[in-house]
Amino acid sequence: MEWLGLFNYWVVVVLMMTGFYVVIAQGNLIKKIVGLNIFQTSVFIFYISLSKLEGGTAPIYVEGITAYSNPLPHVLILTAIVVGVALTAVGLALAVRIHEAYGSIEEDEIQAQDEEDARNT
Amino acid sequence: MIDHLPALQVVLPLLAAPLLLFMVRWPTLAWAFTTAVAWATFFVAALLLEQVWGGAVISYAHGGWEPPFGIEYRVDTVNAFVLLIIAGISAIVMPFARDSVEQEVDSNRIAWFYSAFLLANAGLLGIAITGDAFNIFVFFEISAIASYALIAMGRDRRALLSSFNYLIMGTIGTTFLLIGIGFMYMMTGTLNLADLAERLPEVRDTTTIRAAFAFIAVGVSLKLALFPLHLWLPNAYTYAPSMVTVFLSATATKVAIYVLLRFFYSVFGAEFSFGELPMDHVLMPLALLGILLPSIVAIFQDDVKRMLAYSSVAQVGYIILGISFATTLGLTASMLHLFNHAITKAALFMALGAIVYQIGGTQLTRMAGIARDMPWTMAAFVIGGLSLIGVPLTAGFITKWYLLLAALDSGYWPIAVFLLATSLLAVIYIWRVVEVAYFRERPADAPVVSEAPLALLLPTWTLALASILFGIYTALPVGAASRAATILMGGY
Repeated sequence: MEWLGLFNYWVVVVLMMTGFYVVIAQGNLIKKIVGLNIFQTSVFIFYISLSKLEGGTAPIYVEGITAYSNPLPHVLILTAIVVGVALTAVGLALAVRIHEAYGSIEEDEIQAQDEEDARNT
Repeated sequence: MIDHLPALQVVLPLLAAPLLLFMVRWPTLAWAFTTAVAWATFFVAALLLEQVWGGAVISYAHGGWEPPFGIEYRVDTVNAFVLLIIAGISAIVMPFARDSVEQEVDSNRIAWFYSAFLLANAGLLGIAITGDAFNIFVFFEISAIASYALIAMGRDRRALLSSFNYLIMGTIGTTFLLIGIGFMYMMTGTLNLADLAERLPEVRDTTTIRAAFAFIAVGVSLKLALFPLHLWLPNAYTYAPSMVTVFLSATATKVAIYVLLRFFYSVFGAEFSFGELPMDHVLMPLALLGILLPSIVAIFQDDVKRMLAYSSVAQVGYIILGISFATTLGLTASMLHLFNHAITKAALFMALGAIVYQIGGTQLTRMAGIARDMPWTMAAFVIGGLSLIGVPLTAGFITKWYLLLAALDSGYWPIAVFLLATSLLAVIYIWRVVEVAYFRERPADAPVVSEAPLALLLPTWTLALASILFGIYTALPVGAASRAATILMGGY
């Protein structure tokens, strides 16, 4: 049952591959951003998991307790979450502008319009 | 004051960026303010390089938290040289930016535009100066998010999709970097690069560290547009506003290359990267293909800006080739090309920016006979082109020469022949432009064009002359590059 102890890491791998697949396979720009978010979230879970110590508690000094979980990865991931939110915001803003310019957020339809433009000029 | 130079290097543009939002109604003031900040940053970078020139290392503990616990900024000749390239290019591009940006960006967005530019600048400088692995990730994202916004400001609607694609690919790259850093932290419990270099040897024969290495190598390769991970680059450079293309082409991929060097040589150590793991055998074929194929693709482009973008991918190939030799000579060639290519490509893209300013586009068909109307702009383009090809007495020749020496030194004589052959490909694509611009008649229905304004010509010519100057007077770039290479080979 050793693999069960690595449950978090299995979740990370599954989420990471799901997100990565969505980013690559989907032609819809919003779905791509959703995939990107899942992909990034898996990394967040990975960082949080590696900081957990079995039987460890929150890193607040209390008499009689010797085992603490590592707080640093949490702080790192707070930063990474902020970065992720900023990226999502910029990505969505771009999707809105693309919709204004092309009337579509499907990659193949946008490419078709670009090719048509190229043929007309 | 002088003790705080490393912090100022990043803090100056980072804090100046939000101040620009008070100047939304006065675009010229926003431009003047950004120019002042860019030049001050350049001055700081020059002072830093001067301080570490003799081989000294400046360690700056942020907020007084001693490394490895706090965030450390660490300056040696390697990154002081990279800082100088970034800050220098952004200082020289600013006088050029005024007219070019005014024409290509809506006037109520100009202050926002410069704000994003300063953020991108701060991010790139931060990547180069920091001595902390997680900090590298954060600064990568700061510069990347600002660059996506900058690229999306292009007039062509295709700029939007290229920016979006860059966002997707760039984020995958930096997230891979983040995973790699996580693995390293898992095994060593530290994020400080120097501390990592000290602790890694104990644990480096584990799968975890090999996985960390692989994630970092792939992630950073995406950011530096190593063939075949370069797909985001041509469109992003083609549709971005002229000034953004000049800035990004000269700095963004260069900083990513610096990060690759830092991890391969300083953190993991050359012995691990190129001895235990076969990175030289991975990088060399990719570099060779990356030189050959994009150079061929460049020949068939109808848009000159796009042609130069593909040429940029090929130039990254030359730099990676130097790294793949894993010798001091090869590294010297790579560091040298970071500098020389930054100057050369910036000069070329500036000349194109001047052409966009006058005729509104860079399609070859529209440039027929343009050299008669814009002789100075095209002359600068030709000088840049000669340097790109690697003709003697230009900066490009010096790097090709060092690359040849490095190839022969490592016993790869077929690569030496290959280098000469691929230079001919550059001759072909540069000649296509020269032929159209100089020897074709201007079409009868073409609008009358005059020479570009002095504000655009002066920076273009500064860089064009610099690419000749550094082909003759090589003490600064070669001195800095060989010192940097020696430091990198020596580990942290």
